[in-house]
Amino acid sequence: MKIMVAIKRVVDYAVKIRVKPDKTGVETQNVKMSMNPFCEIALEEALRIKESGLASEVVAVSMGTAQCVDTLRTGLAMGADRGIHVEATGALYPLSVAKLLKALVEVEKPGLLILGKQAIDDDCNQTGQMVAGLLGWPQGTFASKVVLDKENQVATVDREVDGGLETLSLDLPAVITTDLRLNQPRYATLPNIMKAKSKAIKKFTPQELNVEIKSDLEVVQVTEPPKRKAGVVVSSVDDLLDKLKNEAHVI
Amino acid sequence: MIMERLRATRRLLNYTPKSLFASRSHPNSSEQSICRSASGFAHWGRYYEHQKRRFGGTVWAPLGVLGKASRIQCRYFGSVAETIQRDPSFSKLNSDDISYFKGILGEKNVIQDEDRLAFANTDWMRKYKGSSKLLLLPRSTEEVSRVLKYCNSRRLAVVPQGGNTGLVGGSVPVFDEVIINMSSMNNIISFDKVSGILVCEAGCILENLVSFLDNQGFIMPLDLGAKGSCQIGGNVSTNAGGLRLVRYGSLHGNVLGIEAVLANGDVLDMLGTLRKDNTGYDLKHLFIGSEGSLGIVTKVSILSPPKLSSVNVAFLACKDYISCQKLLLEAKRRLGEILSAFEFLDNESLDLVLNHLEGVRNPLPPSMHNFYVLIETTGSNESYDKETLEAFLLHSMEGGLISDGVLAQDINQASSFWRIREGVPEALMKAGAVYKYDFSLPVEKMYNLVEEMRIKLGNSAKVIGYGHLGDGNLHLNVSTPQYDDMILAQIEPFVYEWTSKHRGSISAEHGLGLMKANKIFYSKSHRTVQLMASIKKLMDPNGILNPYKVLPHSMICDGSSVQT
Repeated sequence: MKIMVAIKRVVDYAVKIRVKPDKTGVETQNVKMSMNPFCEIALEEALRIKESGLASEVVAVSMGTAQCVDTLRTGLAMGADRGIHVEATGALYPLSVAKLLKALVEVEKPGLLILGKQAIDDDCNQTGQMVAGLLGWPQGTFASKVVLDKENQVATVDREVDGGLETLSLDLPAVITTDLRLNQPRYATLPNIMKAKSKAIKKFTPQELNVEIKSDLEVVQVTEPPKRKAGVVVSSVDDLLDKLKNEAHVI
Repeated sequence: MIMERLRATRRLLNYTPKSLFASRSHPNSSEQSICRSASGFAHWGRYYEHQKRRFGGTVWAPLGVLGKASRIQCRYFGSVAETIQRDPSFSKLNSDDISYFKGILGEKNVIQDEDRLAFANTDWMRKYKGSSKLLLLPRSTEEVSRVLKYCNSRRLAVVPQGGNTGLVGGSVPVFDEVIINMSSMNNIISFDKVSGILVCEAGCILENLVSFLDNQGFIMPLDLGAKGSCQIGGNVSTNAGGLRLVRYGSLHGNVLGIEAVLANGDVLDMLGTLRKDNTGYDLKHLFIGSEGSLGIVTKVSILSPPKLSSVNVAFLACKDYISCQKLLLEAKRRLGEILSAFEFLDNESLDLVLNHLEGVRNPLPPSMHNFYVLIETTGSNESYDKETLEAFLLHSMEGGLISDGVLAQDINQASSFWRIREGVPEALMKAGAVYKYDFSLPVEKMYNLVEEMRIKLGNSAKVIGYGHLGDGNLHLNVSTPQYDDMILAQIEPFVYEWTSKHRGSISAEHGLGLMKANKIFYSKSHRTVQLMASIKKLMDPNGILNPYKVLPHSMICDGSSVQT
């Protein structure tokens, strides 16, 4: 069985982001970019399934400009067998990504599609669910535990939901999106980095996949949240009451 | 650099004092171990019983932050009494002095509160404890000047104090010296965005300066594990080294100017912001590294390098020390201008860190290798740097220099590698008692000392070695469950003699402070030290600045002193 993992190149989690002066988005020039942490977890899970003998191949997919190849190389260095790069300039919203993933699934025919639950740059949490809908596949989102039963072609997924944990049984092929506590991703070791250099990355364009990239969404403005105002030390209870009444208007 | 480094020191400092005092009132008397003396002094006398009851012993301090109770070895040296006597020529504080200080600084900045004093009297390692009754918090150079002028006229000894993170007992009083703490002078005065020259007051915490500069696109030229608490004035006064010295050089090169106050209150304004200024003797260098014994640094002007976007960190394993050395040579040659840190730690250090720190995992499971090297590169071109580093690493691997390694793929992974290296001192504190040494040695010989110590001490102690291999700086630490004079006797003076024999330095970056005040002759000639003593007498005739430290007592206390 083949596993396909979608990974996204985003601004590194530890970077202090700044909004561009023209408010069209977040500053990404000269800023460290890395693999989305949830995508790392997704890839790690795929690798563990392969290492336990339940899958034969892990294919990493990334979409965007040419620099996505760096992220794919990291994925290959972690242990993925092949990479696919869908070259697309311009903004890719979740629905477009989902359509492209559907087209790739039809080409590659994996038994499992694993994604991170959301990307840390847009926090959409939509792609996994959309692609499952487009494919008509069952989905197990916010997975904190995945157990595969190859014989019966069933995946048992523990989901982290608001009320606690929910366990679902999914018939394969299925879509799984990963949550934080699923696993701890491995580091890219030097021998694997060396091997990754010879692994193949195949390029596709949206046209080849018969997908039209258009969006019904347009980002109008991106601003910082209002800065938290400093507190005031009041000198007496009367002063406090006065402020509560006349400034904060809560009494 | 945009990596977040964990602040081990600050965490320990933040909660430790309270828990320490809670347990001090109920010492576990059945476990009172014998109070140990300062390095090398074996003779006890009448101070023994006194100290045993008041200061010694093993104290249980619940580690609230980290969730489990752990024994912290507390070893108080009360008055490092047997061999150092309080200099009788220093006056004792009286109420007139207190009023005078209150007049200059205001009530709030003259501290006599027991708890705060206890904290200021004790060093980070909890090895040294003074008995000062007064803590002063001046807010301006003017106030420092007036305080010192008064102390000089009254012959009151003082201890300049910054973040109190020093490791040789140089930042705390030995007896009842007045503590002049610079924490209130924490303003950034100016920053020139074009040249990267930062002018700030001595009490600025290093980490705050790093954050400030980060916003401007610059970094501090020095970085150390104590950055959450240490202050720039202290860093300058101790010529702190740290993790980036291999790339940016020492503070002697990066500090462009200093404003300092002399013992008699005179303010020496050498706060230049010029890269080049060959007009006369460059006196600021006297204050860099003299550990507060020649003057109190009040302002610093420092050159900050621009922040480069591409940072890569690799954590590597080597099978023996020779490979580490060869790797260093290769790194300097192949990574050249982008190399920004080269640290090493041995198997025992990693073991200690994995056992005692939370949230740390071995980057290279499952086996434990003999040596680990952390290499960091900083450059302006992400893809070029990564390519160069990868090429270097693969080449070294093929050449057999590296047996395994990992390359950090994002900032979090890089931080976790640094956490391992920076966490060794913290892990040592948690493991029990630690004898800490800091040597500069020729790189080829460096690890031989660790191996010899290991053979010498056998099973009685754990000897670990780690440090700034790129600068030839070994941090030798001996970890034991409890302080034990027998073990100490086997360590000292052997390590000092060994270092001296190889023409190394007995204190690469920690300074002399109190711990090594009498050890300077292992690394410096008699004539050199005599000249140092003359300079000290010239600049501080009454010897009030940080007495009993840095220079050997025999050189200072020869009787002659001049009244100003």
